[in-house]
Amino acid sequence: MRMSQINSFRTGPDESGRFGIFGGRFVAETLMPLILDVEQAYTDAKNDPGFAKEFSYYLKDYGGRPSPLYFAERMTEAFGGAKIYLKREELNHTGSHKINNVLGQILLARRMGKKRIIAETGAGQHGVAVATVCALFDLPCKIYMGKTDVERQAPNVFRMKLLGAEVEPVTSGSMTLKDAMNEGLRDWVANVEETFYIIGTVAGPHPYPEMVRDFQCVIGDETKKQIMEHEGRLPDALTACIGGGSNAMGLFHPFLDDKDVAIYGVEAAGSGVETGLHAASLSGGKPGVLHGNRTYLLQDEDGQITEAHSISAGLDYPGIGPEHAWLKDIGRVNYVSATDDEAIAAFQKCAKLEGIIPALESSHALAYTEKLAKELGKDQIIVACLSGRGDKDVHTIADRLGVAL
Amino acid sequence: MTVEFAPDSGRIKARFEKLKSEGRGGLVTFVTAGDPNYETGLEILKGLPAAGADIIELGMPFTDPMADGPAIQAAGLRALQNGQTLTKCLDMVREFRQQDQETPVILMGYFNPIYAYGTEKFLADVKQAGVDGLIIVDLPPEEDSELCIPALEAGVNFIRLTTPTTVGTRLPVVMTNTSGFVYYVSILGITGTASASEEAIREAVSRLKSATDLPVAVGFGIKTPDQAKSVASIADAAVVGSAIVDKVNANLDENGQPNDRLVDSVLGYVSELAGAIRA
Repeated sequence: MRMSQINSFRTGPDESGRFGIFGGRFVAETLMPLILDVEQAYTDAKNDPGFAKEFSYYLKDYGGRPSPLYFAERMTEAFGGAKIYLKREELNHTGSHKINNVLGQILLARRMGKKRIIAETGAGQHGVAVATVCALFDLPCKIYMGKTDVERQAPNVFRMKLLGAEVEPVTSGSMTLKDAMNEGLRDWVANVEETFYIIGTVAGPHPYPEMVRDFQCVIGDETKKQIMEHEGRLPDALTACIGGGSNAMGLFHPFLDDKDVAIYGVEAAGSGVETGLHAASLSGGKPGVLHGNRTYLLQDEDGQITEAHSISAGLDYPGIGPEHAWLKDIGRVNYVSATDDEAIAAFQKCAKLEGIIPALESSHALAYTEKLAKELGKDQIIVACLSGRGDKDVHTIADRLGVAL
Repeated sequence: MTVEFAPDSGRIKARFEKLKSEGRGGLVTFVTAGDPNYETGLEILKGLPAAGADIIELGMPFTDPMADGPAIQAAGLRALQNGQTLTKCLDMVREFRQQDQETPVILMGYFNPIYAYGTEKFLADVKQAGVDGLIIVDLPPEEDSELCIPALEAGVNFIRLTTPTTVGTRLPVVMTNTSGFVYYVSILGITGTASASEEAIREAVSRLKSATDLPVAVGFGIKTPDQAKSVASIADAAVVGSAIVDKVNANLDENGQPNDRLVDSVLGYVSELAGAIRA
C-alpha cells in the first residue's frame, strides 16, 4: 500500500497482530494460550478507566512524569541551524524511557495474577527498570543478560542486584541481547503458568509491539502538548535512536498522522553499514521471522541470524519492532543511521554544550540531529528524544578514548 | 478455511500401520542434520533404520532455536559452523532416499530459514527430496497461512506440536489443519530437560486421542531405554532427541572433531532404545 492511500498511520495492528506483512505471533504452541491471555487482559485493561488511572498515577508520582521538553540553546547555537529541543526521558526514575513500559506491564501482570517476572536486557536500562518495579510490587524477578553485556554494563548489573533481581548471564550464541531474549523465551516456556515476560521493546509476538508502543506513547503525547506551549506549533522534525525501537515509537506514533512532521529513526551503524559490522536491521537487513514476529533482520542468505555490532549494548540487536518495519516500507518514517564514532562525538558534545551526559543509545539520535539541524533553516524545529542518561556508559567511553579509570 | 489435503507420500501412514500390526509403539529418533559435519551426519542418518528407528526427525539447524535446550542448541551451531545449510539438509534426504524408500523422514526446525529459502520453492524441493512431513516450532495455528496450508495443499504433512497447555478450546484449534501424526510435547519447557511422569503422559495421550484419529507421538525429556519403552507402550511412538545428540557431543575431541567411535556410539544407543521398545 502506498503512503498516499492511507488515511491514518495509527490504526495498526490488525486482529492477527500484523502491521502490513510485519508482526504476527510466531511462537511455540506452549506459549500460544498465554499470548492470547495477555492479549485479552490487555484489551480489558485498555477498556478499564481504572487501569489508565492507575498507570497515570505511577507514571507521575513514581516515574516523575511529565519529563521536560527542553530547548537546547547552546547546542542549537553550536550547530547553527534548526532549533533543537530535547525530550528529557533521561530524567525519569531509573534514568530512561524504559520505566514507562515496565510500569504498564507490571500493572497488567498484577491484573493477571502472575507471581513471577522475567525480562531480557541489553544495556541494562530495561533490566534496571524491571528490577525497580518488581521491588516496588514485591515480585520475584529474573533478568537475562548476555555475558558480553554483563561485562560492558557492570554498573547496571550491580544496580539490578541491589534492587533484588537475579541476573542470569547468558552464554549462548553471541552472548548479547538477542541471546538474552532466546533465554527469556526458554524460561517462559518452562514456567508459563506463573510467569509474566516483560518485553522491553516494541517487538516480540502480538500484542507486545502494540502494548509497549501504547505504554511509550506518553513520550509523544507530552511532546505534542509541550511544543505547543513553547512554540505554538508542531515541530518540523523528530529524531530518536532505534534498537528495538520503543523510545522512537513512543515519540513518533502520536505524530504519524501529522504529515508535515518529518520523522527520523536512527539505527546503530557500528563501524559503518558498508563494513557489515553494524546493528542497522532496516538499512542492512531483510524481512524474516525471529522472536515471535516478522520484521527486518540481520541474516545471511540461508536465513541464519547474524550478529549485530554496536558500541551501544542497547542497540546491539539484529531485529527491530515490526511497526517500524512497516513504517519504513510505506515510507512514513525515514530510517537513517549513525556510526559508533559519530555517537561518541555526539555524546561528548552534548556533555560539554548542555551539561547532560546522554546514553550512548540516545547519542546516535543526537549525532543525526546535528546533521539534520545543519540542513534545516533556523526557523525550523527539531525534537530529539534523549531516551536515557549516560552514567552507565562512562567506562565504555573512557575505554574508547584510551583513558584508564 | 477449508483446506484441500493433497495426497502425501503415504510413508507415515504405512509405518504406523506396520507398527500396529507388530503390536508395538514406534521409536522416533531426532538428529540434527549435518551434526557434527555433513559426512558424519549422513552416515548416522543412513544407519538409523537398521539401528531400529521407525521414523526419523531431521533437525534443520538454526542460530536461534528458542524451544531447544543446550544439547540441540550446540548441535545446531556445530552443524552451521561446518557449513550446513537448508539446501544441504535436503541433499541429505535425497541421498538417504537412494537406499531407503520406507522410513518416514520429518524435517523439524524454525521458520526463518524456510522463509529465506522461499516457501513455495521449499515445498517443491522437500517433496522432490522425499521428505514426508514438517514440524515447525514457531508456526502455531494462528500462522497457518504461512506454511501449514500450502504444505497440506502440496501433499506434505504438517505435524503439530501439542503441549500441556493445549487444553479446553485450544485443543480443537490445534487439531485443525494437521496430518501425519500429532507430536505431544510432554513437559512445559525446552528439549532435553525435565521428564514427565507416566501418569501425566497417559492422561494427555487419552485427551489427544479423544480429539483426533491421528497417531500420537510423545517427546521431550525421554532419556533412557526404559523411559522410551514406557512411553511407547502408552502412545503410538516415543521421540528421543537430546539424548541421541548427547552421544554425538560425547565423541568429539577438544577441537570438535569426531572420533572414529562416534557413529557406532550414536547408532548403538539407538539400538538400545529400539531393543527396549521391542522387548
